[in-house]
Amino acid sequence: MTEETPAHVSRRNFIKGVVAAGAVASTSAYLFRTTTLHGQPSAAGAVERLMTLNVNGQDRRVDVLPQQTLAMTLRYSLGLTGTKIGCDRAECGACTVLIDDVPHYSCSVLAQRVRGKKVVTIEGLADAATGKLHAVQQGVVESQGFQCAFCMPGFVMATVGYLKTNPNPTRQELAHGISGNLCRCQDYDKILTALARGAELMRG
Amino acid sequence: MTNKLIGQNYVTPDLVAKVTGQAKYAEDFRVDGMLFCKLLLSPRPHARVARMDTSKALAMPGVKGILTADELPAPADVVTDLGQRIAANTKGEKALTNEPVYQGEPVLAIAAVDEQTAVEAIEKIEIEWEPLPFSVDPVKSLLPGGANARLEGNIWGKPKPPTPGQPVAPPAIEELKWTEAEAAEYAHGRLPTGKTPDEWTYGDLDAGFKNAALVLDESFVTPNTSHQTLEPRTAMAYWQNGRLYIHCSTQSVVQTVGSMSRWLQLDPKDVVVISQYTGGGFGSKATGTITAMIPALLSKKLNAPVMMRIDRETEHYIGGARPAVHGRLKVGFAKDGRITALDMFVVNENGPYEPVGDTGMTGRMVSLLYQPMAMRWRGVSVLTNTPPRRAQSQPGGMQGIVLMEPILAKASRKLGVDQAAIHYVNAPEGKAKFGPANPRGERAYATSAFVKQALDRGAEMFRWNERKAQGGKRQGSKVRGYGVSTSAFVAGSTGYDGLFVIKPDGRMYIQSGIGNLGTESMSDCHRVSAEMVGMPWEKVEITWGHTGKNLPWSCVSGGSQTIHAHTRAAHAAASDAVKKLQEIAAKAHGGRPEQYTVANERVSGPGGSMTLAQAAQKAIDLGGKYDGHELPENVNAFTKASASALAGQGLMGVARDTYKRDGITHSFVAGFAEVEVDVETGKYQILDYVAIADVGTVIHPHALGGQVLGRSMLGIGHAIGQHWVYDQQYGLPLAKRFHHNKPPTILDAPQKMAWDALNIPDPETPVGARGIGEPPVAAGCCAVLNALADALGDDVFKRAPVMVGTLVAALDAGKAVQEPLTANI
Repeated sequence: MTEETPAHVSRRNFIKGVVAAGAVASTSAYLFRTTTLHGQPSAAGAVERLMTLNVNGQDRRVDVLPQQTLAMTLRYSLGLTGTKIGCDRAECGACTVLIDDVPHYSCSVLAQRVRGKKVVTIEGLADAATGKLHAVQQGVVESQGFQCAFCMPGFVMATVGYLKTNPNPTRQELAHGISGNLCRCQDYDKILTALARGAELMRG
Repeated sequence: MTNKLIGQNYVTPDLVAKVTGQAKYAEDFRVDGMLFCKLLLSPRPHARVARMDTSKALAMPGVKGILTADELPAPADVVTDLGQRIAANTKGEKALTNEPVYQGEPVLAIAAVDEQTAVEAIEKIEIEWEPLPFSVDPVKSLLPGGANARLEGNIWGKPKPPTPGQPVAPPAIEELKWTEAEAAEYAHGRLPTGKTPDEWTYGDLDAGFKNAALVLDESFVTPNTSHQTLEPRTAMAYWQNGRLYIHCSTQSVVQTVGSMSRWLQLDPKDVVVISQYTGGGFGSKATGTITAMIPALLSKKLNAPVMMRIDRETEHYIGGARPAVHGRLKVGFAKDGRITALDMFVVNENGPYEPVGDTGMTGRMVSLLYQPMAMRWRGVSVLTNTPPRRAQSQPGGMQGIVLMEPILAKASRKLGVDQAAIHYVNAPEGKAKFGPANPRGERAYATSAFVKQALDRGAEMFRWNERKAQGGKRQGSKVRGYGVSTSAFVAGSTGYDGLFVIKPDGRMYIQSGIGNLGTESMSDCHRVSAEMVGMPWEKVEITWGHTGKNLPWSCVSGGSQTIHAHTRAAHAAASDAVKKLQEIAAKAHGGRPEQYTVANERVSGPGGSMTLAQAAQKAIDLGGKYDGHELPENVNAFTKASASALAGQGLMGVARDTYKRDGITHSFVAGFAEVEVDVETGKYQILDYVAIADVGTVIHPHALGGQVLGRSMLGIGHAIGQHWVYDQQYGLPLAKRFHHNKPPTILDAPQKMAWDALNIPDPETPVGARGIGEPPVAAGCCAVLNALADALGDDVFKRAPVMVGTLVAALDAGKAVQEPLTANI
């Protein structure tokens, strides 16, 4: 009835996931269900609910309630479930995505506020054409970084964002740069090693 | 033989999916027509529903239905693996209740077309509550006139001895109050040592104290710490052809079938558990969570899939916590620091439901780790109106060691014995005994212990002897301190099954019933099978995380059991496959089976050689036991069903672990810490931490290192800040989110961390590996506590965590000024 995570992420499946993000994980009936039951038609002067969201390089048309967060929109309207919700309230960073290259907690950003901006999620990091992992992802794979990995997408996105401002950080600087993210497996030492390796790979 | 796989790093089969966002946790699944449910949580610590009106909620557009406590199946009896029936505990935790016994306990659930509608419907439910007495402090509940958490009393009575042929009776709730005389010391900040229901002793305690050069008598309180798994215990359920499919967050996969089927009173054959990825458990999701039955029941009632997304605040209430332990320890030391006598008294905060194992474990682990020449242990677990306690990494062992270590460090200073040396002189060795004697006068013992070697290795890596002299020396406003701690916990079970098929395509298909909570055991254990049959890892496929996919009977993925239990099971299954391969080769090429060896994807001997792919085809041709059409009698029924479904596809390796074991498996850790305290501000930093693991053979260094330092950090969190706070008057939690409870962030981690493992095989298990998830916790916590005392002196803190404010106040007053005994502050 549902599709599980593939044991091996093939290039084809990966591209499918990026391009048609959501269709792999979700069913159409769920994706396009309307939310009129809330009884919240657009009031005069209110923002239009139907909006275009640029996610992972694709323009996506999506129906968004005024109070809907970016995290809920990504996960529940667009099927991009790689973005995790760990706390609902800007405490843990599991939902971190890039908005115009800057890391944000997507649980604390209204989807309506990112019109005209570019959103990148964990699904959009690897090369869409080749499936080649981003350097930070590769650093994680080489170091067996993280444990349960529920925090991993957020940490990886925070690192990618931070490295845009400081491509050659010390270990301590990198720790500060991603200190808005929480890992409850508490594997901080190995996480830092993995992400620092990613930074090294990025520098080439 | 040099191992190609065991002891080597590799990329686990789940990692790329995790790092690309493709890995699916329970909340990531979507199903046509899926409804969402939300829970109504109790606003009071203890109350009864006097009147309820759900009509406004149910009349809302989009609301599909309700589930109340009255609709739950009655609690079912437990039947153990050995067939023993334990009668249902009707006073135990339920998924929903009309008499909540802690604030935040789920009372009912509403399902609607979306989550927001469900939330709004919950708001429209009207309940009139009848308030009931409550207690959030276990010691106060024992004092004369103290309140009881449950209507029936405040402690669990002892289980009655079983009657042959009858189910074992569940324990009953009883009342225990200390007399005024027994409780008198409370007023002086010392834990009273009144009557307790449990007690054991060995050796001559009086003689031990009489012969001691130093006797210390200390009260200490360990913290209540939530598990706070990053993935809340979300669950989604649907039914197909009478079978329940449940996507849930659980540590174990196969073992969760048993708990779900028992909670829902279903035949285990009608439950399919799907959990390929779990976002942390730390003991709190051992076999799933009872609340997962809510979406299952709603789904059945409403004939639609139901998602129950658990938010962070609800997770605080239902997610479990490590119980705090109030302890009073009187310890006698010889001149060299050897413990001559130990009198240990503990009051455990049990929470409102089932008796937790932490209480008894405090004594057993202290007895093992410090080998006191004589010991008495007394303990009581007191019911409180606070969220349910669940096992948390090193349950009870951690608290016992935290009670003991500050005393050991204090004794080292009083006696002028080095901190590492006082641990060394008391360290367990080899088949070290622990706990009380059984009725036959025999004491249990460990399979092996190499704590002295761990202390030596750690002292060398940390350069302990060079650095310790700087402890307590002030430079400007800064002072450094150095701490050592050892730690121990149970580390492995036995008797589970291994199952795999080598197919004619030359690949090995391993079935793994182990949960995937991030330890990588679900893959690491099976490196043993691949190693033994000479299969390159690239040709191994592991199926895990879905009980509909023919998995073998597997252990609970908790309590440091798995690497031990399932390297044994993997060894057994691989031995079975090797034997079959040898027989097949001998049948084909002549000679005796034992003349053939299995290596490098071939089975070769005097008559010739064949590839594993060819042998797999021959296994299918031969049938019978070779391809799984005949199965060993002794494997579990769960394994039999799975193996039968896989029969005929190739050469099957299937066996139960029946290897002998002399002793009870334990693992050990030695930790070394350096802290720097600013005596003007009270702020402190952990500069360096080294942990050495005595965990037997190393299977996967990257995963092991992550466990050693990750679990050390969990313990360090208990030392530096993570805890609960309760409003004592109203019984309500004030700290229920990350920013209140303060689990450590990446900036709290020591500036330098390092680990190593002794890699000395345990002699009582064929691969030599023991578990690691538990023992780093107390070592991390106590090395830091001991380093703080080394920097600042013995009378600075009387409970953990040690916050900045604690240090400032103590440094100002020249003595510890913490409230000594009140719980949850």
